Amino acid sequence: MNDARIKQPKDMAEDTVWVQEISLIDSIPRWIAMSFVFAVFIGVWQLVTGLGLVSPIILPTPWETLEDMIFVGKNLIAGGYLLKALWITILEVIYGFALAITIGFSLGVLVGETAFGEKAVMPYLVAIDTMPKVAFAPLFVAWLGFGIESKVALAAFIATFPIVVGTAAGLHAADENARMLFKTMGASRLQTLIKMKLPTGLPQIFTGLKIGAVGVMAGAITGEFLGGGRGFGEQIRMAASQLNTPRVFSLILYLSLVGLALYALVTFAQRKVVFWHKEQVGSADG
Amino acid sequence: MNTEPSSEIIGAPLGAPVYELANVSKTYARNRVVALQDVNLTLHKGSFSSVIGSSGCGKSTLLKIMAGLIPPTKGRVILQGQPVKGARRDIGMMFQQATLFPWKTAVENIVLPIEIRDGKAAAMKAFDKAHDLLDVVGLKGFENVYPNELSGGMAQRASICRMLITEPAILLLDEPFSALDELSRDMMNMELQRICREQDATAFLVTHSIQEAVILSDDIYVMKPRPGRVAEIIDVDLPRPRTLNMMTTPKFGAIVDRIRRLLDKGEDM
Repeated sequence: MNDARIKQPKDMAEDTVWVQEISLIDSIPRWIAMSFVFAVFIGVWQLVTGLGLVSPIILPTPWETLEDMIFVGKNLIAGGYLLKALWITILEVIYGFALAITIGFSLGVLVGETAFGEKAVMPYLVAIDTMPKVAFAPLFVAWLGFGIESKVALAAFIATFPIVVGTAAGLHAADENARMLFKTMGASRLQTLIKMKLPTGLPQIFTGLKIGAVGVMAGAITGEFLGGGRGFGEQIRMAASQLNTPRVFSLILYLSLVGLALYALVTFAQRKVVFWHKEQVGSADG
Repeated sequence: MNTEPSSEIIGAPLGAPVYELANVSKTYARNRVVALQDVNLTLHKGSFSSVIGSSGCGKSTLLKIMAGLIPPTKGRVILQGQPVKGARRDIGMMFQQATLFPWKTAVENIVLPIEIRDGKAAAMKAFDKAHDLLDVVGLKGFENVYPNELSGGMAQRASICRMLITEPAILLLDEPFSALDELSRDMMNMELQRICREQDATAFLVTHSIQEAVILSDDIYVMKPRPGRVAEIIDVDLPRPRTLNMMTTPKFGAIVDRIRRLLDKGEDM
């Protein structure tokens, strides 16, 4: 750290000029800092595997992983069996998310807007939300079979709750003045909901959507682990059972790109819809 | 010390009564608290009245009853000859916070009362009128600006426009400038006076500031708590238009002093 260099005044007339301390990290661009962490990560990885500290079956070298990523990438581009598997998982995610949004938003409005919902329905939602939702996977398989349906159900099941909570919280976000104002204008309950409460609550609703977007990926993959099928999760499970660790790594990396894309899509929609809400980069809900 | 209001200087002659409350009481069933007891009040056309009192004196309850947000337990509430039973389009209201909606531009916010009552098409037709009002409050050129680009004072000017767009018979002002800094507040109070005179508006202000009440009002209702009641009505006979310079005159000081004594008596602020 730099010391603050304070000019000692020789006489009273001299200006008090001093250099304000700037921390080192503030002076470095983000991409350099991120690249640095990435390089350290790869370096440690290479070191650990290169020195033979860990068996290659447990942890492949970075180079092996990259080679496998190139193979998987070529297969995806060529429309091979991995693309078909990935497409199945993407469909599960899309259907699951759409279902979660529909159910989550409806329940959120019920719980956030009506006294009945808040009193009679919310306690059950809280109770279900505290359950380990993955434990329901075998039930979904039993009910819906080994096809895409059971995965969609689990994905939607996990993603619904954050959307309910976000919507309900959003509907409570409007302040007393806004409510009074709408009352004095003679607004109906529906008008108050649509023209005031919902737009006011959009930031919270989007926070719920973002958490849901993360959950829906986890749900689809967990569903595939536990319920078979022909998706990407099944590919990961198979590669792991064959001790093909580089493949597991590269499949996870490609899968994370899908998750990232979904998250980016929600964030993009948020920026367009909630244009007035300035969100801090990397904030708790970002 | 001058304690009695003299009747030598009176501004305009009294207009017709616009808003009348007769023996209005409110008891909250929940805790049986008597929030208001036998409040009588008459607001004349073009007059500016204020209510002042410590917390819990019932002024919020009074304002809510006048706005048609809650019913009184007993008594008559009559606006323009019709009893107030719920929200009315001839009531305009303004709050401490501007309460502009950030997803709407200034002009869209201003026509919101019309959008709520008569739909989007009617609201679009009111744009011209909204532009005129923005001109009146000195916000010409800010029609399409979003609220988060407006300062606190500008936002309150826009909310004045929203209140005026339906040409209400009565303006209910709930500490409208108390969130602003003192310089802005004084300036906005003078603006409010000018706008009320231009529009010949009848206004009713709830405030914590004795000075604000005195500089703006023709009548000041001094309220006291437990039970909430009007302890005294002070007639402010300073000439109109009022100026900020009047705040340094002995007469202004005497009225402020008198209200302060009334408020101090018995109950603390």
